[in-house]
Amino acid sequence: MTNTDWPLWEVFVRSRRGLSHTHAGSLHAPDADLALRNARDLYTRRGEGVSIWVVPSSAITASSPDEKDPFFEPSADKPYRHPTFYEIPDGVKHL
Amino acid sequence: MSVDLATHAAALALGDDALVLSHRLGEWAGHAPVLEEEVALANIALDLLGQARVLLSMAGDEDELAYLRGERAFRNLQLVEQPNGDFAHTIARQLYFSTYQHLLHAELAAGEGPFAPLAAKAVKEVAYHRDHAEQWTLRLGDGTDVSHERMRRACEALWRFTGEMFQPVEGVDVDWTALETTWLASVTDVLGRATLSVPEGPRTGAWTAGAGRQGLHTESFGRMLAEMQHLHRSHPGASW
Repeated sequence: MTNTDWPLWEVFVRSRRGLSHTHAGSLHAPDADLALRNARDLYTRRGEGVSIWVVPSSAITASSPDEKDPFFEPSADKPYRHPTFYEIPDGVKHL
Repeated sequence: MSVDLATHAAALALGDDALVLSHRLGEWAGHAPVLEEEVALANIALDLLGQARVLLSMAGDEDELAYLRGERAFRNLQLVEQPNGDFAHTIARQLYFSTYQHLLHAELAAGEGPFAPLAAKAVKEVAYHRDHAEQWTLRLGDGTDVSHERMRRACEALWRFTGEMFQPVEGVDVDWTALETTWLASVTDVLGRATLSVPEGPRTGAWTAGAGRQGLHTESFGRMLAEMQHLHRSHPGASW
């Protein structure tokens, strides 16, 4: 067995009442079908009403830690960039 | 729970199938080809053990039935007691048996009999077992030359044990002939997609298995039981 036969997959799970898929972990599988099935065994215990996404790790492009500053610097000194000057209505729950 | 004789006999037959196959799959623990498969086989073994517990409890005390009966008193199919062999053998056994079990439980769940509540729960588990076996049959059969050859050999080696599954079980009210027809069509379809041909050997008659339900078992089953029952027989009456 080599890693090219059994590449790494990232698993995202949405729980029954969850609103979005959350990264749950990773696993090895020969293809997407088996990755899905393995993910179900490993991360959901076959609980019903959940949704699973599997993505080959090689398909994910991550931001580089080296570029952290220019990439994520929130420009805190420019408050006009942040939408913080209005009240959120009570009815809005998941903003 | 007291049940009539036919239900008692049927609970033993179906319960022993699940118990024995569960034990065989448990033997894979720590030995599966990859970690993910380890979890899958253990999952299936646990499902089967759960079914065995419910069924054997219908027939009596589950522990007494599992640990204190001799080989001749077990009513499981000879198919499920077959040694694990290589991974292909285990998958072929799973394919044959889980397809059968899925069809059987779907029938039982739809009926009104004493097994309907158990079957309604089990049918979902078994659908997963069947899917698992089919997925691996496709991958091994349609994989490399080596995996194809191993899967072919496994399917042929276990073929003669498949006719026994459709001997009517007393107390189980299903159309066994229809079950067998559907089973054969399903297995033929999966093997075809896996680029494997349906084995040519006989499934019933001479040179086939068929007496597990009567308590006659193959040689390796005795050794399996010796291991399974060892502790309980060494310390009878202990609680644990």
